Amino acid sequence: MTPGRHAPSPANAPEHPRWVRLTHAVGALSLLILAVSGFVILMAHPRLYWGKAGNGLMPALIEFPISPDYDKVGYTAATRFTEVPGNVVTASRTKEDFFNQNGWARSLHFLAGWALVFPGAVYLVMGLGGHFRSHVVPRSADLAPVALRQDIADHLRFRIRQASGGPDYGPMQKLAYTVVVFLAAPLVVLTGLAMAPAVTAAFPWLLDLFGGHQSARTIHFFSFALLVGFVLVHLLMVAASGFRRQIRGMTLGGRS
Amino acid sequence: MNRNGIITRRQAIVAGVASAGGLILARRLPVDLPPSYGNILRMGDAFTYAAHRAILPRHALVREYSLADLTPFPATGTTDPGMKDTPLGEAYRRLKAGGFADWRLTVEGQVARPMAFSLGDLKRLPARTQITRHTCEEGWSAIGQWTGVPLRAVLEACGILPTARFVKYLAFDPYVDCLDLVDAFHPQTILAYGMNGRDLPIPHGGPVRMRVETQIGYKSMKFLNRLVVSDHFDDGGPDGNIQHGWAWYNGL
Repeated sequence: MTPGRHAPSPANAPEHPRWVRLTHAVGALSLLILAVSGFVILMAHPRLYWGKAGNGLMPALIEFPISPDYDKVGYTAATRFTEVPGNVVTASRTKEDFFNQNGWARSLHFLAGWALVFPGAVYLVMGLGGHFRSHVVPRSADLAPVALRQDIADHLRFRIRQASGGPDYGPMQKLAYTVVVFLAAPLVVLTGLAMAPAVTAAFPWLLDLFGGHQSARTIHFFSFALLVGFVLVHLLMVAASGFRRQIRGMTLGGRS
Repeated sequence: MNRNGIITRRQAIVAGVASAGGLILARRLPVDLPPSYGNILRMGDAFTYAAHRAILPRHALVREYSLADLTPFPATGTTDPGMKDTPLGEAYRRLKAGGFADWRLTVEGQVARPMAFSLGDLKRLPARTQITRHTCEEGWSAIGQWTGVPLRAVLEACGILPTARFVKYLAFDPYVDCLDLVDAFHPQTILAYGMNGRDLPIPHGGPVRMRVETQIGYKSMKFLNRLVVSDHFDDGGPDGNIQHGWAWYNGL
């Protein structure tokens, strides 16, 4: 970054308050751990399905070749349960020593999930208290075709405006935050809970909302993938908009 | 407090509601938390357990499905303990050769009347049939129909004592696990001897397996041998899950 490219930030620009910096730090660490442990969990059974249930004897919606054993788990010949209607079969799995690190991966995943509850709750309260309205949800001026077209064109030319170390945000930036806050994050949390037997016993509507346990698992994967995509673009934008100032703004606070 | 050190009405209300909530939650907390071994992952599991017991209704029923929802059901893990060259494996082989006529589920520990139930004894107790989803920690799930006797009925037939805290179950393959009394007395926690309209097939845990529908699949242990009601938490030693790095409570 050449210093000349950066316009100095306005002296009166708001900076990230301490609660934002603190919850951001905990949230970022939790998200990283959730991503790694979630990937390890998926490796134990890298097949996604749609509907109430899905397993190795059923066709997958998608199969990811991400485990050394993904195509090595076989079954004995299927036999039918003739006492019940439909083509209900069973077969014994022939390989049990496949990659499965879920003992620690699941517990770590849930630990990181719990760690996200605190910053998530603070963010939600502060957001509903005014942050969402003032800084996150796009205003009509942001969504005006001229403004939006200009912002998209700037991004395509990688002409990223220099950060002030906090809000105010640009139209595309606000749209990205809105998708994360109001779509991807709630989906990830609710589909995660929809996979939990004890939780869905108390709240069975979670299963109806997403069309079943395996649908919830599939949506969980894709909404988290959306979050990962956001984080990557977010990091790119941080780098492009004045890395030192941005990092300082979100960690120590203040302006450099 | 504000700058003058005076507590505002709003702060008083927030503090009051928070402490009332804390008191209510504390009263609902389980008496015994499993040992965390100073391990941060096990501490996280214990936190999940405490949170579930404090927040969730304890005997809410899991979704029950219809016959049309039954799915193919893989048999995983141990599919025949008789293949194992261990004393328990050999005992299972003998019982299997005799069509499980000599199989007995012994119930001992904190009960007034220790008993040994044959398959016929269990079938004479009130039965429950449920079509539920088996949710494996690996990520897959399957819907099956299970018939068996509620664990609660067996524990009450033996006169479970007020000192009882956990129900340990030991299998032939030779895993060991235990439930707290909330899950042990859950109406859908059954000792299943039937699956999809037939006797429980051996690969699925015959003659009798546990079904704990409020937790992840590995708590529904197969090939049951003994129940031990205890007044303290027992991790099952080297045949239990915890020492292998797996969560004891898995409602999540």
